[in-house]
Amino acid sequence: MSEQKLTGAQIVIKALKDQGVDIIFGYPGGAVLPIYDALFQQNDIKHILVRHEQAAVHAAEGYARSTGKVGCVLVTSGPGATNAVTGLLDALCDSIPIVCLSGQVPTHLIGNDAFQEADTTGITRPCTKHNYLVKDVNQLARTLHEAFYVARSGRPGPVVVDLPKDVQFADGIYVPPTEVKHKTYRPQVKPEIARVEEAIELIASAKRPIFYTGGGVINAGPFAAKLLTQFVKTTGFPITSTLMGLGAFPASDQQWLGMLGMHGTYEANLAMYNCDVMINIGARFDDRVTGKLSEFAPGSKKIHVDIDPSSINKNVAVDIPIVGDCGAVLEDMLRLWKAKQKRADQTALKAWWGQIEGWRARNCLNYNRTESVIKPQYALERLREALRGKDHYITTEVGQHQMWAAQFLPFDQPNRWMTSGGLGTMGYGLPAAIGAQLAHPDAIVVDVSGEASFLMNMQEIGTAVQYRAPVKIFILNNKYMGMVRQWQELLHGSRYSQSYSEALPDFVKLAEAWGCVGLRATKVEEVDQVIQKMLEVTDRPVIVDIAVDEKENCFPMIPGGKAHNEILLGPDDSPSDATPEDGMVLV
Amino acid sequence: MEEKIEKHTIAVLVDNEPGVLARVIGLFSGRGYNIESLTVAEVNNADHLSRITLVTSGTRMVVEQIKAQLDRLVPVHKVHDLTDEGPSVERELALVKVAGTGEKRIEALRLADIFKAKVVDATLTSFVFELTGTTAEVDDFVGLMAQLGLVEASRTGVVAMSKGAAGF
Repeated sequence: MSEQKLTGAQIVIKALKDQGVDIIFGYPGGAVLPIYDALFQQNDIKHILVRHEQAAVHAAEGYARSTGKVGCVLVTSGPGATNAVTGLLDALCDSIPIVCLSGQVPTHLIGNDAFQEADTTGITRPCTKHNYLVKDVNQLARTLHEAFYVARSGRPGPVVVDLPKDVQFADGIYVPPTEVKHKTYRPQVKPEIARVEEAIELIASAKRPIFYTGGGVINAGPFAAKLLTQFVKTTGFPITSTLMGLGAFPASDQQWLGMLGMHGTYEANLAMYNCDVMINIGARFDDRVTGKLSEFAPGSKKIHVDIDPSSINKNVAVDIPIVGDCGAVLEDMLRLWKAKQKRADQTALKAWWGQIEGWRARNCLNYNRTESVIKPQYALERLREALRGKDHYITTEVGQHQMWAAQFLPFDQPNRWMTSGGLGTMGYGLPAAIGAQLAHPDAIVVDVSGEASFLMNMQEIGTAVQYRAPVKIFILNNKYMGMVRQWQELLHGSRYSQSYSEALPDFVKLAEAWGCVGLRATKVEEVDQVIQKMLEVTDRPVIVDIAVDEKENCFPMIPGGKAHNEILLGPDDSPSDATPEDGMVLV
Repeated sequence: MEEKIEKHTIAVLVDNEPGVLARVIGLFSGRGYNIESLTVAEVNNADHLSRITLVTSGTRMVVEQIKAQLDRLVPVHKVHDLTDEGPSVERELALVKVAGTGEKRIEALRLADIFKAKVVDATLTSFVFELTGTTAEVDDFVGLMAQLGLVEASRTGVVAMSKGAAGF
């Protein structure tokens, strides 16, 4: 080990390199100038200059989710750090591994209300998995390695390392990332085998089983998705997934029921309601999924696999909890299933599938295929056809378009779908698309967007142009904050309070002003042509403005506070009785 | 389906590093859990370990959540539910200031003797008593002093430990 002294800033760069960082998203400022100086003097780490720190974190999330690696962010003190907060919480809610380095005023000024000072560790404590303030340059390298270990281990999440400016200047000793043996944080990866055996027995005895999977499978890596697919195929059971888990099991498969939850398919939600054995792998019984808790899958036995023990029995009491990494658990499940020569009850399963096919026949994603106006669903169907067979990644913003994208775009592989699930952050999609595009320069990356969400982080077009990231911003423009409008229509007497998108820019001209390609479709027959043109552009971003039906609502929908079997299929399917008051207060 | 509210005493061993107490308290306030009492002090100087004892209440599901949430904090070494894990002893220390003269003053001293409270400060018109006992004993003593010229009470909150030879 060389005892050579480096400055704190040099230690940062060396630690990042040793952690395999090739791209860092950031924005300079006074308190991180030494690190920017060190970045300037090397070529291994590429710095991507964003236009706002929130976008730096989302871009790092897009990078992380499309590669499975840790995303890295660099921001300055004070406003730099506070701007990053939304991104950090977004990554915490969706369990995305991020290391965010923030500048801090010099140690002797901390607590003195210095210029651009913020209590960053205080502010980010509830928005991160963990955070550090490094006051001793000789602890810097170890802390950075630990930050990466914490970010990617167990249930992944964002970690902030706050770096006072004097520490960046000070000379210290670098230590390499030897096998980090963290003294306290050692998440359980391997499951308790007795529990897995119990689970196998229950699975084999099921008459009306269902797999309900989530982001935990994606986070466990592509191998876990492969094992899941194998296990589901072996059992012949139906499978549904949360918004976060799309792509872990191929959507083109017959056993796939589509997404479940508030805007999930009829067949997925009814199968959940009527199942007798639920196999939850890496999902967390989120309120968007469960609906009314007291009527959530009544009469079912539940298995819950999760790497985070605090996810178990939090919202829903389960019969067989299994703590462990989804991949490790699936490996054991598959092995034991084969070793014990288990076979599903074929007669019961056949009857169950018969019931499910009946629900599927309702064709719940059907919509009015009119020629007079572009339906958002139609635009996405055409996008789906145009992307078929092409190497592509999808990000979204938040709202109706997000749910339609989840319903209408099929994902056959993990890590291809990036959306803000837990926090529901409008403005996520564009920076996330940039992050995914930079990680996969030759792939097609589409941000399915709404006009309101796009405006929230549209400054990032500048970033995309600067780095020639040819992201496709596919705006389903209905001139409303569509999901707000939908709730106002269904729950607040169609009083559209502040949900109309006034004073919208001309998106084509906006694109041209940035030096991008701008395209617009206002008629049904223009959609295919516009998508085709969009896909032909490979050297700059494209903004596509699709003028869709302003009044289209997203169905199916389980209104707040309702159970899965109270799902509404369409506009004629009005709520049976007024949404109960306890449902009204739910978001 | 009204679930029973249980009271639990939980011991947590943590790294004594800046912010660790804020993490624990933030967890309770952020997630809406109750803290009835919380004490913390370093117990192992060499390894910089602190022991937090907290008393909380909630349904069985909430108490299990609290333990799981505490356990996943990065600087937390161990979480033990002393209420669940068999017999334990719990003690509080209190300083109780009582002012007065005459019969009330004599009665205060007499009660202090019964409760085995120590006089740690005395003037012609006041006493400060030091009392160690269970939360209920301290409650009783402070309650009695309220009628005899209680000025103020300062309590440590509960510290607790399992009975028997086994350690944390």
